[in-house]
Amino acid sequence: MEAIQNLLSGFFLLGGIFFFATATLGLLRFPDFFTRLHATGKGDTLAVTLSLVGLAIHEGMNVTSVKILMIAVFMFLAQPTATHAISRAGVRCGLEIWRKEEEEKHA
Amino acid sequence: MDTFFLAVALGICFLVLLVLYRVVYGPGVFNRVAAISAVGTKTLIILLIVGFLYQRVDMFVDISIVYALLNFIGCVAVAKYLEMER
Repeated sequence: MEAIQNLLSGFFLLGGIFFFATATLGLLRFPDFFTRLHATGKGDTLAVTLSLVGLAIHEGMNVTSVKILMIAVFMFLAQPTATHAISRAGVRCGLEIWRKEEEEKHA
Repeated sequence: MDTFFLAVALGICFLVLLVLYRVVYGPGVFNRVAAISAVGTKTLIILLIVGFLYQRVDMFVDISIVYALLNFIGCVAVAKYLEMER
């Protein structure tokens, strides 16, 4: 039982760190604000949820594990909301949207 | 399992360092806010893993709940403020 628990927890944590890495890559490499938000909003949500589920599996069945799962549910709701709020503020402030033709024109 | 947790925490710390590039050099305040939100989510996981390493998860999980709430409220508040500023 302990071995299965450790294996599942490690699997979920590795998945979480993989999606954290892809979200970070997108945040660093994408060309403008909205595409960066597209990468980090969804990637970070999935990565946080996976990591928290892995840590809850490692903890076992008790109150602390329930609290960790509550954080997971909260992050799953709150992270897209925060992303939406900041991107709407960006639209209303009139940030420029990146288009492919502009890059070709400049190049 | 402790060594594995330590490795995962160090990996996430390295990713936080990479995101800090966007916080420092990111053009405009919006990129910085998005990057700070990403740093906050990564810090949440690091905090829980440190709790597992110290064998005190029952204490660290409450700190993590507060950190998640503050991260969300801070991001939404800054977004509303920037919308008002316009």
